[in-house]
Amino acid sequence: MKHVKSFILVCGGTGCRASESALIADDFRNMVRQLAIEDQTAVISVGCFGFCEKGPIVKIIPDNTFYTNVSRADVEEILKEHIIMGRPVHRLLYENPETHEKISDSKHMDFYRKQKRIALRNCGFIDPENINDYIARRGYEALGTVLSKYTPAETIDIIKRSGLRGRGGGGFPTGLKWEFASKSVSNEKYVVCNADEGDPGAFMDRSILEGDPNSIIEAMAICGYSIGASRGLVYIRAEYPLAVHRLEVAISQAREYGLLGDAIFGTDFSFDIEIRYGAGAFVCGEETALIHSMEGHRGEPTVKPPFPAVKGYMGKPTNVNNVETFANVPVIILNGPEWFSSIGTERSKGTKVFALAGKINNVGLIEVPMGTTLREVIYEIGGGIKNGKKFKAVQTGGPSGGCLTEEHLDIPIDFDNLLAAGSMMGSGGMIVMDEDDCMVSVAKFYLEFIVEESCGKCVPCRIGNRRLYEMLDKITKGKGTEEDLEYIENLSKVIKDTALCGLGQTSPNPVLSTLEHFRDEYLAHVRDKTCPAGKCRALMHYVIDPEKCVGCTACARACPAEAITGERKQKHEIDQNKCIKCGACYEKCKFSAINIA
Amino acid sequence: MDKKIKVIIDNKSVEVAPGTTIYQAAKQAGVDIPVLCYMNLHDLGVENKPGGCRICVVEVEGRKNLAPSCSTECTEGMVVRTHSVRVLNARKNVLELILSDHPKDCLLCQKSGRCELQDLAVRMGIREIHAVENALVSTYRKDESPSIIRNMDKCVMCRRCETICNEVQTVGALSAVNRGFNAVVATAFEQDLKDSRCTFCGQCVAVCPTGALTEVDHTPKIINALADPSKTVIVQTAPAVRAALGEEFGFAPGTLVTGKMVTALRRLGFDKVFDTDFAADLTIMEEGTELLKRITGYLNGDKTVKLPILTSCCPAWVNFFEWNYPDMLDVPSSAKSPQQMFGALAKTYFAKMMGIDRKNLVVVSVMPCLAKKYECQRDEFKVDGNPDVDYSISTRELAHLIKLANIDFASLPDSGFDDPMGESTGASVIFGVTGGVIEAAVRTAYEIYTGRKLESVDFHELRGFEGIRTATIDFNGLKLNIGIAHKLGNARKLLDGIRAGMYNFHAIEIMACPGGCIGGAGQPLHHGDSSIIQARMDAIYREDAGKKIRKSHENPYIKRVYGDFLGYPMSEKAHELLHTHYFKKEKL
Repeated sequence: MKHVKSFILVCGGTGCRASESALIADDFRNMVRQLAIEDQTAVISVGCFGFCEKGPIVKIIPDNTFYTNVSRADVEEILKEHIIMGRPVHRLLYENPETHEKISDSKHMDFYRKQKRIALRNCGFIDPENINDYIARRGYEALGTVLSKYTPAETIDIIKRSGLRGRGGGGFPTGLKWEFASKSVSNEKYVVCNADEGDPGAFMDRSILEGDPNSIIEAMAICGYSIGASRGLVYIRAEYPLAVHRLEVAISQAREYGLLGDAIFGTDFSFDIEIRYGAGAFVCGEETALIHSMEGHRGEPTVKPPFPAVKGYMGKPTNVNNVETFANVPVIILNGPEWFSSIGTERSKGTKVFALAGKINNVGLIEVPMGTTLREVIYEIGGGIKNGKKFKAVQTGGPSGGCLTEEHLDIPIDFDNLLAAGSMMGSGGMIVMDEDDCMVSVAKFYLEFIVEESCGKCVPCRIGNRRLYEMLDKITKGKGTEEDLEYIENLSKVIKDTALCGLGQTSPNPVLSTLEHFRDEYLAHVRDKTCPAGKCRALMHYVIDPEKCVGCTACARACPAEAITGERKQKHEIDQNKCIKCGACYEKCKFSAINIA
Repeated sequence: MDKKIKVIIDNKSVEVAPGTTIYQAAKQAGVDIPVLCYMNLHDLGVENKPGGCRICVVEVEGRKNLAPSCSTECTEGMVVRTHSVRVLNARKNVLELILSDHPKDCLLCQKSGRCELQDLAVRMGIREIHAVENALVSTYRKDESPSIIRNMDKCVMCRRCETICNEVQTVGALSAVNRGFNAVVATAFEQDLKDSRCTFCGQCVAVCPTGALTEVDHTPKIINALADPSKTVIVQTAPAVRAALGEEFGFAPGTLVTGKMVTALRRLGFDKVFDTDFAADLTIMEEGTELLKRITGYLNGDKTVKLPILTSCCPAWVNFFEWNYPDMLDVPSSAKSPQQMFGALAKTYFAKMMGIDRKNLVVVSVMPCLAKKYECQRDEFKVDGNPDVDYSISTRELAHLIKLANIDFASLPDSGFDDPMGESTGASVIFGVTGGVIEAAVRTAYEIYTGRKLESVDFHELRGFEGIRTATIDFNGLKLNIGIAHKLGNARKLLDGIRAGMYNFHAIEIMACPGGCIGGAGQPLHHGDSSIIQARMDAIYREDAGKKIRKSHENPYIKRVYGDFLGYPMSEKAHELLHTHYFKKEKL
């Protein structure tokens, strides 16, 4: 019999696979065979570790050694040195950027120290394509427990008592949602998993499905039992091929094991899951739009009520939860609602997964208890701002969230606090901005996304957001006025007040929050026609410092617009009317005589 | 009955039934909330309620955002404000947004004066639109079909056309495409309407609040024809026109203006003013004979006979079955529609009588319908390229012609139609309402089949607005099962049932438009008020009741045309002139 001493866990998430991690895993397997150590060494492709900044990641168990930026060239050394000789490969260990100390055990890394992984509990530990791995970590025990010990009402009560709230953005209490669906009387009901993750830069749900697909299947079955549904549907973006593949593998393995299908665990409960593909429309993450898309109709929201719990997919009662919400369910059953509700803040229980992005050192996927502060996330887990720049703002809640500032950094993160601060939890995107970011441009960037993704059904979102975008564009081009700011503010409020669905109602958040927290920056654009961050090209001026100019003519020769005049050895000058702001002169000047104003 | 719900709207307390929307409750409280996308032809079962325009938003106490009153149901104790500063600011801004993406050429727009968006702008007192210079505006290719013009630059995405085309008519020609600012209602692959599966029923035009969907205007051609001394120009008017034309001149809905209409047409310069009703009586003779022939054949065990027989007066319905039921083309009656029967007789019988070459005879029809514009252009209704009916204009276009000619319609005296194609019966008048064609057919078929005189010609069991109606009429022992459907979605239900062998109907009448021709797309716009269509229906039945002759076969001029020209119903001559065949239309 095989007696494995070392497990080589190679990240098999989409991010690391983009850096050849699948080939690295193959190389490990081949070389393990060549070195004839396959009896004691197992190579496993696991889900995302979260530390995407330093991928591809390879972890050696049981030592818990955490290798970063591993390439195919490192495979041989890791095997020969670490696995065979027991000497960790120092150059591949993570280095604390401040102390320059090499850290071997990931538990000691700042990135992981403050994290608490519940939804991500199996990501980076198990082979997502092997149901036995999941079962070995108490997989499907929760389903068995529920089916043998609890009535549907008792199960719903457990979820209610846990305080779990929807992780897709709205934060609606999950148990209550289940209860509504359970009370609807119908011959058929549906459980839908919303895997239409659409926020730019967010990959929470994708990572869970790629790293631990069985947890979603198990949770959907538990939900089905609770509300009286025997059919489950996963609505997933077709752009997530790896997640789709792993989910398909997991579903077929679960069927093989009798964990999906008829008479699960010998009870009279039957449940099966089908996959439905989304075509990448952001609005299809809204539950009514999602349902219409699954029905084969145009993916656009309808007025609620009726809520899906009453009239959902094919007109039948339907419970829609997001991937991360489901990922919490089996653990809540296993560890009890009291355990779960002991984590987090008063009204937001458990943890939240965030995708850290932007100007932050440790870009990646993290999971922290509710109540962790933004400062802890950004400075401790995230390792602070890139290149030692100054923090300016953090955008939470995806494209329709708000921008929070320095003064908000000590706010404990939870649903209500973020809302009160003018932003929102959203599905967990967190984008960090530094002093080089122009907040008007940031707002414009998010609006551009919304304009692109609006379904076009209601006027405020279809036309209003387009007009907002045009106003912001005007401001970044130096043509805005102070009256425009008033108009933008009022229009934003009207859009929030009148749009049909969650997308439209939150779409002006980036504009309103930046207007509130960075009004000076807007005023600089409209009054002084300058962009303090130096991002808005139309507002930049290249000027020649007469003190420093030696009249070498290099700039004049480089200028494609013939905007620079001046005799040899005389001070040169830039004609602002001719200047196209290409920056060629700035690059050419050897005397630092050209400044950006 | 459920308990009533108490709500307070603008400080007025009202009690409403559960399920009542804020908009409906407000009406009860005497509060008229403006709407744009919302439309409810309640009696006709047509409703559009996407909650998309957000014009009807109101403030509901305790609710975070404003609520669309058209699609938000009242709850007990709800406190609603429909004109607070917050609501007015929102409503005005939303309307400004719509206008910011709408052409401002109101003066030149066909819908000017009856455009719901224009009315809203007037009501809200919009004076300027805040938009940046060079703000993006939607521009689309103009699409002109034989009946309908689509100018989607003027589309406000109310989705009424989409609802009527898909849910009511189940035609499926129109659907929203694209996203965000580029979202618009279009045909599949944005092909031309004439290449789509459109039936030209025109109900999209009838419900469009703006000038995005309008009819093809033939009035200039008619003005020119009337001015051409080498042409003899005659006109026929459909039964439903006389019950609605008055609305265009300020008469109450349901006012019959037959006599004034005839006078006006004469003053416009038509050489003869005839009545499509005459041709409707002819239709009954042909279709009724065909019905009896098929039934007797069927009862005698002739296996080649197909039942039920379906009426074929409605050109949109003909298009619909040509597209969707190509396997059942032998089921509808082969009788042409009254418009085309009239045209065929006019350019043969009448032309001969007057000694005019058909090329110099211009036949104009005034129809409550837009599909008739398409129908008269069908190749099988032309002789050597010369159409039996040259131009078909709508009730609205006729009103426009009358106004152009400076005719003070209200003060006109009544006058009667010309002979020989102006005389008609009560049976032909009711062609204008759902159930009317079959009732007219029953009046004649009964007497011919049984040889007895009908005691009462009023078949109330065949009347009403119910989408699908069935009745059994006793023909002296022969129980005739009759089906009636209006709106094409109901026609589809009946046809699917027949295809599946679910029914044993002998005869079925189908009309494409809600309520029949009185709700046709060429009629004065109803703006979502179904009581107008009800009033027209009442008028039609009034006209029928007031007629001396109420059975088609008793029309003396019908007898004469058979005696002088056609011989007998379904004769060889009648077949050549009054019957047609249908074509399979290929789906994309």
